[in-house]
This record gives sequence, structure tokens and C-alpha cells, in this order.
Amino acid sequence: MARISASVYTSHVPAVGAALDLGKTGEPYWQAVFKGYDFSKQWLKDQKPDVIFLVYNDHANAFSLDIIPTFAIGTAPEFAVADEGWGPRPVPKVIGHPRLAAHIAQSVIQDDFDLTIVNKMDVDHGLTVPLSLMCGQPQAWPCPVIPFAVNVVQYPVPSGRRCYMLGKAIRKAIESYDEPLNVQIWGTGGMSHQLQGPRAGLINKEWDQAFLDRLIAEPEKLAAMPHIDYVREAGSEGIELVMWLIARGAMNDVNGGKPPTVRHRFYHVPASNTAVGHLILENN
Amino acid sequence: MSLDKPYTDVPGTTIFDADMSRQGYHLNQFCMSLMKADNRARFKANERAYLDEWPMSEEQKKAVLARDLNRCIALGGNIYFLAKIGATDGKSFQQMAGSMTGLSEEEYRNMMVGGGRPIEGNRYIGEKK
Ligand SMILES: [Fe+2]
Repeated sequence: MARISASVYTSHVPAVGAALDLGKTGEPYWQAVFKGYDFSKQWLKDQKPDVIFLVYNDHANAFSLDIIPTFAIGTAPEFAVADEGWGPRPVPKVIGHPRLAAHIAQSVIQDDFDLTIVNKMDVDHGLTVPLSLMCGQPQAWPCPVIPFAVNVVQYPVPSGRRCYMLGKAIRKAIESYDEPLNVQIWGTGGMSHQLQGPRAGLINKEWDQAFLDRLIAEPEKLAAMPHIDYVREAGSEGIELVMWLIARGAMNDVNGGKPPTVRHRFYHVPASNTAVGHLILENN
Repeated sequence: MSLDKPYTDVPGTTIFDADMSRQGYHLNQFCMSLMKADNRARFKANERAYLDEWPMSEEQKKAVLARDLNRCIALGGNIYFLAKIGATDGKSFQQMAGSMTGLSEEEYRNMMVGGGRPIEGNRYIGEKK
């Protein structure tokens, strides 16, 4: 059977992608960000996951205001890299895992989460920047990726609790898959940032650090936090952090198993407008 | 029954909810159209004529022409959509975000390098700084 071996959490700041693509990684400003991922790159090579289930959000690229799915699972064999207006990032296309994705969709929908199934979709920086941070600049991504897009652009976005419960349903689905796959689940976005209005540039380091602490130690309580706390304390775009709870809900300890090992933790301000947070939790 | 909107007392912040999205639909879809190179070229060649192809309000069109992003947001624009205008103009996300704060580009960048805008005094409208 397939199993979830670890969860990875990271911000997906678009400027990080631009820094990589434009060869600015040597600049001290960006060095301070990328050094937080040196460990992670080696770790991912050693772990050799067969599939990455990657939770992210689209930023008005694949989805316009014509259709706004709350939870969308990518079931295609491959996904092109979106042109967000600056030209597509020069990174490999994303290879999907249609069979596992379809299996997860079937199982999770039967568990009362009404996913939207997407057979054609471009993927934006929300998905490709985490891959770049964790893999560097390879010719091809190391394994298939199942994109899982969450609406965090138009309110109301799903609650933390809903995301956390969804993570549990995704875990159940993966564990009932009949191949012995090593699956990682990633939650991306955040941390504190606000991109709009006179309050743009808001950062709340203490709140972010407390979020990381609680995500590790008391995810169920953290999942009860209402949206307004994210908005007020971590900025209007800080709401992206609800997506981390999907990955956290899929871990062993909150499904009757042992606590995870905190393999890596990193936090840095700033990357462009945003606080960068990163965590790796390994199942035991 | 009125809807629960607990986010109206956050300073300098407009939450893009279903109601704002309704008002900003054509404005945001116009922005989305700028993802295509042909459309960017046509928009740049004659901004007013391009905007007139969209059923946007006059106020929305004027806000776009003035690149007044705060006004665009007040009229239903969302920052991720408005970013397509910035991309067309060759502006980074940081330049766009900074343009809404009243700070110069350099001041905004320095604020971020210095740890960002502090949360103290920025939680509630009218809160003492
Ligand atoms: Fe994002």
C-alpha cells in the first residue's frame, strides 16, 4: 500500500522564482533565503519520494473569476507552467500521477469533500516555486506531482478545520492505494504578508513563529483558529497558511500514530513582500 | 439575515469577498486578458480603446488608466488580477504593493528589509499607534 512518509511546508513567494530564473541567487539578499533550503534539497534527494501531493493556490492564472473551485485536484498526465504575465518560468513541466489522483478523488469525494476534478490546468508559482526551492534547477522534477489547488483568493476561503479534516481524508485515500508508493504531502503559501492597500508590507514574526510551534505541537487546536485572526495578525494574504493544515492533517500522529520528527525548520524576513517559513516533518 | 463579515475593521485592508468579486468581475477579467501577449500589445497601443471593449464602469476604467491600485481595489479589483497590469507595465509585485502604501519604492523596500510593517498599531482601525 502507499504511505505518507513526510510533510513539507514552505512559502511560495513569486520573487523567489524570479531570483532563481534571473540568476540572482548569489546576491546576499537572496542567499539569506536560499540557505534555508540547503538541507532540504539534500533531504529530498535522500528521501526519493515516488509522488508529491502538492497543496497550493492558483493566483488568477489557471482560474479566472469565471470558475472558482474551492478544492481542485489535478488528474492530468502533465501540467504546463503558466505564463503569469512575465512569461512562463523556465522550469520543467510538471508530470502528474493520473491513476493515484483519480483514486484520491474517488475516495475523498466519497468522504464528503466535494473536489473539483481538473484534467487540463497550467500551474503557477504557487506550485513551481516550492519545487524550485526543494529541488534547485533540475532538467526534470524528481518525481510525479499531484497539484491540489485551494481557493484562498476569494473569500470565504475554506476554514482551517475544513482543511485539516480534508488532510485526514487525503491520507485515508493514499493509504488505500494498491501500489507501495512513498508519498510526500506539501503545504505551501504564507507566511505573514499583505500585498494590497495601505497596510501592504505587514509582517508579524511572533505570530508566524507561534504558528510554526502550534502546527508542530497542537495542529488540531490551531485548525480552530478563525479566518479573521489570519487576516488581522498575518495580513490579508497570510490566509494562505490554512493550506498548511491540509498537509498537517495527513500525518501519522493526528491519525492514531506517533508524533513526527521535526527534521528542519527555517524562518526569514523578507523575500520581497513576504515572510518565508519552512518546515519538514517526518512520520515515524 | 445579514452575513458575517468580521474583517471590515482591519485598517488599510479590503477583503475580496463574493460581494467585491461581483462588483469587480469585468475589471478583473480585463486584467486577466492581459496574460496574452497580443492583448498586452493592443492595450499598450491604445489603453482607452481597449478598456472600452469591456463592460466596466467609467470609474473602474479611470482607476486603471491612472494606475490607482487602491481605487481599483475599492471598485472590486483583486491584487492577483491587478498584478497583470503591473506585468504589462514591467513592474514587480513589490513595486505594485509599495505603490499602494504612500511610500516611495526605496522606502518600501527598506521597510521590508527592516522586517516589514509592524503589527503594533495595525490591527484595528482607529487603534492607537
Ligand atoms: Fe501565494
